[in-house]
Amino acid sequence: MPKDGGIGASSKRREDVRFLTGAGNYTDDINIRGQAYVHFLRSDIAHGTIKSIDTAAAARMPGVVRVFTGADFEGVGGMPCGWQVTDRHGQPMQEPAHPILAQGKVRHVGEPVAAVVADTAEQARDAAEAIVLDIDELPAVVDMKAALESGATKVHDDLNDNLCYDWGFVEENKDAVNKAFEDAAHVTSLELVNNRLVANPMEPRVAVGDYAKGTDDSTLYTTSQNPHVIRLLMGAFVLGIPEHKLRVVAPDVGGGFGTKIFHYQEEAFCTFAAKACNRPVKWTSSRTEAFISDAHGRDHVTKIELALDADNNFTAIRTETHANMGAYLSTFAPSIPTWLHGTLMAGNYKTPLIYVNVKAVFTNTVPVDAYRGAGRPEATFQLERVVDKAARELGVDPIALRRQNFITEFPYATPVAVEYDTGDYHGTMDKLEEMGDFAGFAARRSESEKNGKLRGLGVNCYIEACGIAPSNLVGQLGARAGLYESATVRVNATGGLVVMTGSHSHGQGHETSFAQVVAEMIGIDENMVEIVHGDTANTPMGMGTYGSRSIAVGGSAMVRATEKIINKAKKIASHLLEASEADIELKDGAFSVAGTDKSVAWGDVTLAAYVPHNYPLEDIEPGLEETAFYDPANFTYPSGAYACEVEVDPDTGKVTIERFAAADDFGNIINPMIVTGQVHGGIAQGIGQALLENCAYDENGQLLSASYMDYAMPRADDLPMFAVDHSSQTPCTHNPLGVKGCGEAGAIGSPPAVVNAVVDALQSAGTDVTHIDMPLSPDRVWEAMNG
Amino acid sequence: MAQVSMTVNGKAASGEVEGRTLLSSFLRDQLMLTGTHVGCDTSQCGACVVHVDGQAVKSCTMLAVEAEGADVATIEGQANADGSLNVIQQAFQDHHGLQCGFCTPGMVMSAAALLKDNPKPTETEVREYLEGNICRCTGYHNIVKAIMAASGQDVSAIAAE
Repeated sequence: MPKDGGIGASSKRREDVRFLTGAGNYTDDINIRGQAYVHFLRSDIAHGTIKSIDTAAAARMPGVVRVFTGADFEGVGGMPCGWQVTDRHGQPMQEPAHPILAQGKVRHVGEPVAAVVADTAEQARDAAEAIVLDIDELPAVVDMKAALESGATKVHDDLNDNLCYDWGFVEENKDAVNKAFEDAAHVTSLELVNNRLVANPMEPRVAVGDYAKGTDDSTLYTTSQNPHVIRLLMGAFVLGIPEHKLRVVAPDVGGGFGTKIFHYQEEAFCTFAAKACNRPVKWTSSRTEAFISDAHGRDHVTKIELALDADNNFTAIRTETHANMGAYLSTFAPSIPTWLHGTLMAGNYKTPLIYVNVKAVFTNTVPVDAYRGAGRPEATFQLERVVDKAARELGVDPIALRRQNFITEFPYATPVAVEYDTGDYHGTMDKLEEMGDFAGFAARRSESEKNGKLRGLGVNCYIEACGIAPSNLVGQLGARAGLYESATVRVNATGGLVVMTGSHSHGQGHETSFAQVVAEMIGIDENMVEIVHGDTANTPMGMGTYGSRSIAVGGSAMVRATEKIINKAKKIASHLLEASEADIELKDGAFSVAGTDKSVAWGDVTLAAYVPHNYPLEDIEPGLEETAFYDPANFTYPSGAYACEVEVDPDTGKVTIERFAAADDFGNIINPMIVTGQVHGGIAQGIGQALLENCAYDENGQLLSASYMDYAMPRADDLPMFAVDHSSQTPCTHNPLGVKGCGEAGAIGSPPAVVNAVVDALQSAGTDVTHIDMPLSPDRVWEAMNG
Repeated sequence: MAQVSMTVNGKAASGEVEGRTLLSSFLRDQLMLTGTHVGCDTSQCGACVVHVDGQAVKSCTMLAVEAEGADVATIEGQANADGSLNVIQQAFQDHHGLQCGFCTPGMVMSAAALLKDNPKPTETEVREYLEGNICRCTGYHNIVKAIMAASGQDVSAIAAE
């Protein structure tokens, strides 16, 4: 029987009611009396020297409050980078300055050059058109390999070259890995592209800056996944505002997928301009602006090699990746192709030797940073593609080859620095084989062939590292932040609770699932628990939501704080019941004395905490409010196995997804309905990457796919229903809920399944196609078959 | 500037607008009906769908002055008279047909228009009808399921929770 509340119940989401009735409170819904509007004049040239910016005519336009250029920001800091990677030779990465408004040069299409603040959004836009911008165009650097050639145009004149870093991992293993390749019975190699994507949350970014002259307090309302991080970065590194004079609010946020983690220029601008103009200043991104200013994702070019012995055991993996950083370093950009990618290269397999080389490259394109999965989809894609290719070369069953090489004993220390605590890779594969009805595939293929279509089945596994992360570890790896999470639990006199979490929900349903956990721990109704998030003024310092960390890290902090509450409540109960504290039990919202019928209700204890007439004041303080910070001991390691069945129309090259099955192991599950929804969304984004989406630049650095007319978002008729299962559960061993996180799995696990399936379909027709780069659009598939 | 008057969710509404003011802007900025969302600038995403004289319309693609005298319905007017969720809204909650909620008003308004014309749509018909509504969170699975459930069809055979 499904539970009707608490941990493990598919409780309906309480936040849905406001979203379904138009009563949400998104940042663009916030309007402050007297607010002005800013419009950014953005570079339409990828690379050039700014000769002059004439703002005189714009400043005289109706309604214009003030026009800003880079010169107005010479006294403040630039956009900070939150992670410093050390290269193969022990040297820090090259780190260019990143101004709020362009200084001297423009380096990508979309870089803000000037900003007009006016009474209305229309006036600001009209006036921006009157700015006369004179830019001397320079050759644009777009291709990563060309960017590294000697004599290439430099994106940043003050850096040595366009190489941000050349990273080797694990550098000490390099010679042993090379030796293993010399000794290999078989080597499979594959060159591939992990296509550049745009995260595209449906809510474009918005920022509203407000300033209270009387108290010198600044407030920023922003579409962020982590308001505390924005407050720290913007306050300490950009504008020089101490945290106690700066409040950052991220109210209802319409999706993030990584791209709303980062601190952006527009946030700093609106906060700065609100004080400079002494008026609230609002910016609402258009979708086209989003395409040229939101940090992009992926964009790796990789060569991967897999060495096998005569018995088909994996003996070594060697990779060389070029990772595009874009024109500047976005907040966490350097960490994505390194610590979130290289550490995942073992995948689900006991490969003893691995060497990963990553060259991060500056180009005249929009900065690239984390997008759903962030490094892990790139690792999984290349690994699962090369394993599939190896199976085909060796003439063995791809599932059998995987099973033969699975890690089966835990904990397992990989050769790429991480230790998996738990997993059951055969278990998820068993489940997948059942769900995918592989036995019936041959019949389905015959049916497709009768209709003139090719049918293919693609299977893959994935492992990810979630719950980022142990602070001391990431500090050693170059993070300029800790990665704990926090929660304050406030119990009110009449028994209701408010949980103030440093985590943030932008679609994940924290308000429901977090309440389920606390309700279960105390034994009360979920509706007695309120979850508050997104405002630095009323939540403890927290690092926010990304990397599938909310329940694993934020949930753990909440459990720890609730445990403190329960411990104190037991002391109060023992006083009221005149019993020993050790004998007090909490069950179903009541404290009782073990072995007796004496009990006191939760509400009586909470009331006593705030009306302490009969209370052990000599031992404990009144009140019932506790805070906990939780710093994880390790990452969590969700894993799974995915299967995709496609039909390919040989006449047009069009690929249709016919069946998709996902068997995941997320450890313990709080709300199965929400978890399933997270997997659905991830799969859709992964299929989007595999078949539809591509962020395309021309050789001049012009973005060709800057609207929904050009960038192919997955739509309802592109996708099938998905079969999703998470009954394989190996609980995490080091967090109190035994949870692993589920937000990114779908996006990590699905692209290789799709591509493996298409290759399978094409080979079934006798072609020798071994790989097609994503997206597998009809022209690319047709070209591969007929080219 | 021009004066416009229309009926919105059964109530008279009027205001002064520029000729270029979009219906979506009029609803959001002047009537403060911020449930109608704007997610793109090329009439692709459908977050701004409202009903004008009973027809589903992308309100970012219609000028406010074009709605002069019209009967406009937005997400704010969809709940039952007692404030409870209507059948479509309730189905979206029951089947987890929304996550971040940003595309949701447009999805609900499009679903209502679909079910008015086609009370028992097939899965394929629902998917094709939603071609103009983009959701980035749900993968559409639960949206399709919710709309079919709202039409009174048994969706228990459709995979997952």
